[in-house]
Amino acid sequence: MASHLPPGSSAQSHQLETAGTVSDTHYAGPKGLMRWLLTTNHKEIGTLYLLFSLSMFFIGGLFAMVVRAELFQPGLQLIQPEFFNQMTTMHGLIMVFGAVMPAFVGLANWMIPLQIGAPDMALPRLNNFSFWLLPVAFTMLLATLFMPGGAPNFGWTFYAPLSTTYAPPSTTFFIFSLHMAGISSILGAINIIATILNLRTPGMRMMDMPLFVWTWLITAFLLIAVMPVLAGVITMMLLDIHFGTSFFNAAGGGDPVLFQHLFWFFGHPEVYIMILPAFGIVSVILPTFARKPLFGYASMVYATAAIAILSFLVWAHHMFVVGLPLAAELFFMYSTMLISVPTGVKVFNWITTLFRGSLTFEPPMLFALAFVVLFTIGGFSGLMLAISPADFQYHDTYFVVAHFHYVLVPGAVFAIMAAVYYWLPKWTGHYPHLRLSQWHFWLSVIGVNLTFFPMHFAGLAGMPRRIPDYALQFADFNMVTSIGGFLFGLSQLLFVLVVVLCIRGGNKAPAKAWEGAEDLEWTVASPAPLHTFETPPDFTPHRH
Amino acid sequence: MRIRYVWPTTLGCLGLPQSVLAIDWNMPVGVTDVSREIHSLHMIIFWICVAIGVVVFGALFYSVFRYRRSRGARAASFHEHTTVEVIWTLIPTLILVAMAIPATATLKKMYDASAADLDVMITGQQWRWRYSYLGEDLALTSNLATPRSEVTGESPKSDNYLLEVDEPLVLPVDRKVRLLLTSDDVIHSWWVPDLAVKQDAVPGFVNENWVRINEPGIYRGQCAELCGRDHAFMPVVVKAVEPERFETWLAERKEAAAQAALGVDREWALDELMKRGEQVYGSICASCHQPDGQGSPPAFPALAGNQTMLNDVDYHIETVVNGVSGSAMPAFRNTLNAVEMAAVITYERNAWGNETGDAIQPARIAELLDAP
Amino acid sequence: MSSQFLDDRRRAVNRTVARTLVVLAAMCLFSVALVPLYDVFCEVTGLNGKTSSQAQSLSAESADQSRLVTMQFITRASKGLPWSLSAETRQLRLHPGQSAEVHFTFRNLGDRAYVARAVPSVSPSEASLHLRKLACFCFENQRLAAGERFEAPLVFQLTRDLPEDVKTVTLVYTLYEQRVSLSRSRASQQPGGET
Repeated sequence: MASHLPPGSSAQSHQLETAGTVSDTHYAGPKGLMRWLLTTNHKEIGTLYLLFSLSMFFIGGLFAMVVRAELFQPGLQLIQPEFFNQMTTMHGLIMVFGAVMPAFVGLANWMIPLQIGAPDMALPRLNNFSFWLLPVAFTMLLATLFMPGGAPNFGWTFYAPLSTTYAPPSTTFFIFSLHMAGISSILGAINIIATILNLRTPGMRMMDMPLFVWTWLITAFLLIAVMPVLAGVITMMLLDIHFGTSFFNAAGGGDPVLFQHLFWFFGHPEVYIMILPAFGIVSVILPTFARKPLFGYASMVYATAAIAILSFLVWAHHMFVVGLPLAAELFFMYSTMLISVPTGVKVFNWITTLFRGSLTFEPPMLFALAFVVLFTIGGFSGLMLAISPADFQYHDTYFVVAHFHYVLVPGAVFAIMAAVYYWLPKWTGHYPHLRLSQWHFWLSVIGVNLTFFPMHFAGLAGMPRRIPDYALQFADFNMVTSIGGFLFGLSQLLFVLVVVLCIRGGNKAPAKAWEGAEDLEWTVASPAPLHTFETPPDFTPHRH
Repeated sequence: MRIRYVWPTTLGCLGLPQSVLAIDWNMPVGVTDVSREIHSLHMIIFWICVAIGVVVFGALFYSVFRYRRSRGARAASFHEHTTVEVIWTLIPTLILVAMAIPATATLKKMYDASAADLDVMITGQQWRWRYSYLGEDLALTSNLATPRSEVTGESPKSDNYLLEVDEPLVLPVDRKVRLLLTSDDVIHSWWVPDLAVKQDAVPGFVNENWVRINEPGIYRGQCAELCGRDHAFMPVVVKAVEPERFETWLAERKEAAAQAALGVDREWALDELMKRGEQVYGSICASCHQPDGQGSPPAFPALAGNQTMLNDVDYHIETVVNGVSGSAMPAFRNTLNAVEMAAVITYERNAWGNETGDAIQPARIAELLDAP
Repeated sequence: MSSQFLDDRRRAVNRTVARTLVVLAAMCLFSVALVPLYDVFCEVTGLNGKTSSQAQSLSAESADQSRLVTMQFITRASKGLPWSLSAETRQLRLHPGQSAEVHFTFRNLGDRAYVARAVPSVSPSEASLHLRKLACFCFENQRLAAGERFEAPLVFQLTRDLPEDVKTVTLVYTLYEQRVSLSRSRASQQPGGET
């Protein structure tokens, strides 16, 4: 149960102190650990989510470092292929389900009530329960590393029958932990929907909400829609493994390809679950530091909705070489290409927001700008991957690895970091250390590109993904990637340092910590008191 | 054929221009009409992305440099412009339509496997490929040929490290070859970049693709779908030869296969079986059960001192011949002939301190096969 | 802040939660329904190259004498099953609309009884829509005693509406052991042990 604690528990204890100092007028519950176990306060739960996510980010990152160390040179030097496969699998699972998703839920918990003028989430006790499922789920998932036969080794996409008939015994625990993480996500989503739809301060219409709230509302609906499909598919795996059914086993009349259809029916919306809140964050930060309203607010909302709807119609573009009939290939190629239109609209809107603004480059803005550029690069490779004939060459190579890391690391993760830098003054009452933040930013940008850009070349030159050893022509690319990976990994320690220092002290932030910030959270004191907006605030739309 | 020349990585750092210029940075053009078309689609969409990138990033960096507050920029307050928004929705749509047209044409071509001159069945197995020339009564098994010592770094890595096999798939040039793919265990994916063929091999189902190679040569690729432990160690090598040479090769191989099967009827000595068995074990079994027979439990049991196996010859034979369902142990009746199976079983019963003295005769194995 | 306001909010939240739960339940049902839906979809479109698992009637139509299609048969036995399956002919040419009969021979080369089923797959997958099987051993499990041999016919027809560009149809049968049904099979022979 203790796995939610960050690598050094100092952050935790200081967080306690800070939170305690602002809450003395209202707080009368249990103290110490029990307080965090039983808290129903959206800010405390948000903090728990964020700390959990940070610790998972480092555990998943550690696995990535193991992978990069083995791939530094051709040949097997450090680990055996079995363990390598466990590392790639656990890295993917932990980063997707343990780091990125909980980080967004944590931000939602903290900021959605503040941005819509609500006193708390709509279902505070459920909120506590959805968080505490996560440490249990991921402790179980990590425990599989120590089980006989090792941890799951079939990739985060766990294709049957490698993940059923040929899977290690720990797969059952993997399924249970994914079930728990899924339930946590669903409960979190229900809570977020109920909060956004019902607890907005009087006078705030849907089209007045900050885009972070909008994108999270749409994301929550995506979660409600696809998490049951994930639950269904892993339950079928469980039945295949233990109860002799043959959903994915040709021997009993099943079809392994059915697994992929079901998985990606969940999996493609899932990738948008990991990016839509990032769109929201960037759409809030860019106008703040451009001191100019977001360009095309309405079209941003419609584009987000369009992306969400289209995400249900593109799943088989992950399966172009699985033997789909021509008609299916064409349909999924066209629908995937179509998704780049609303995504393009977003990028154009962001850039037009900057155009004729009055720009300053505080750390959140730096990360948001890097997001726009690097996410767009990931979008370009996504467009290339959509071209089904060319995908026969790209599929399952490092080109794909480069693509999804560009949208997830300088995409989702940079957006999360931008959000943390943006809202840290609100959370702690202090500005993050400027120099260190800038160092963190520049080292991260250099590291991320050094890591993921050469992967494009390795993939085009023919390097398949998920291999512990490779032919000699890929050696140079891999060495650069590994060096970049170590740089990126190490520079994240700076991030922890910045956060810890910011909790402990720093320049005092006023209620409105950023000059150009407009939303409701900037009307409450910094740090935000434990209880805010117990009376709904007055709200005047500033956009329209 | 392109020459891939790579400096040893220990030297090959970022700055060495020779090594940087010599390595492949891009998708190969390949040696089939389809691979050329795919390459040109790839380049078109790449340049489209570059063009869009120049415009988009140009606008972004222009704004970032021009509208800095430190340069005294004052913020405007516009936040909507319907015409502009409609335009930048329509233009990308038109670009995409333009892109979809050639992509559709190429895809249709790729899906037309009709009127093939030769049919080859490709079966994936953990972790090797098996090729059957349909209607020719010839099948080959293709294993990784790179020695283990190169993987562990005990000996220097050769140029085709991890991309070399004992038996390449030999195909005629200028002939349309239909490829049928399936798998014995998990999903594999057969991929040769120069042929632009990547197709999943799904257990219990059959997929098809096709290839018509324009130039003789040796084309190397790999399994592209994670298929378990040795996913990195099941390369694909295709050797394309002139049609006449292909016919000659086919006749020779059929003759050789017939010769190999001849030994079934005679009595084999223990030494002879051990020698043959050691070769077979080294190329087929050692990757999982390890050269010293210690295996890597629990997935791959040890053979040295394995009492179940040593006490029960029938069990041992049956396991090798028919495999074990739901595990990585394949049915070697599909891969090896009776002599090879008898030899390897004999070897396993007499190596690494296993001293049963059993000499398993090929005739005994042949009984378990479907001899006509 | 009035308690009226709080009550209204509470009721609104409850309503939203109830509606969300309905959507959630619907999605759960949908995800279970996806499996049969996939099967139906495959049957209608020939998506995965599976053939119908029930005997179909002969489509009464004359043979299309203008073209010939090559029909290939490939037989495989999966691992752990000491059976062989062979087709009397590996390849034949026929006109669309014409029916044909091919004999297959099953042999159990093991030393105990096994129950197995031949699972069919057709390539190109769209051809599975036009392959009508009138009789096939693949409709049911086969049970063979040790050393037993069994011959069974496949009676089939490629319908005339087979697309013009399909010139070769490959039908692959993979034999899989059926473990569950062994204990439920005829009592006359005792089930064998695990290999």
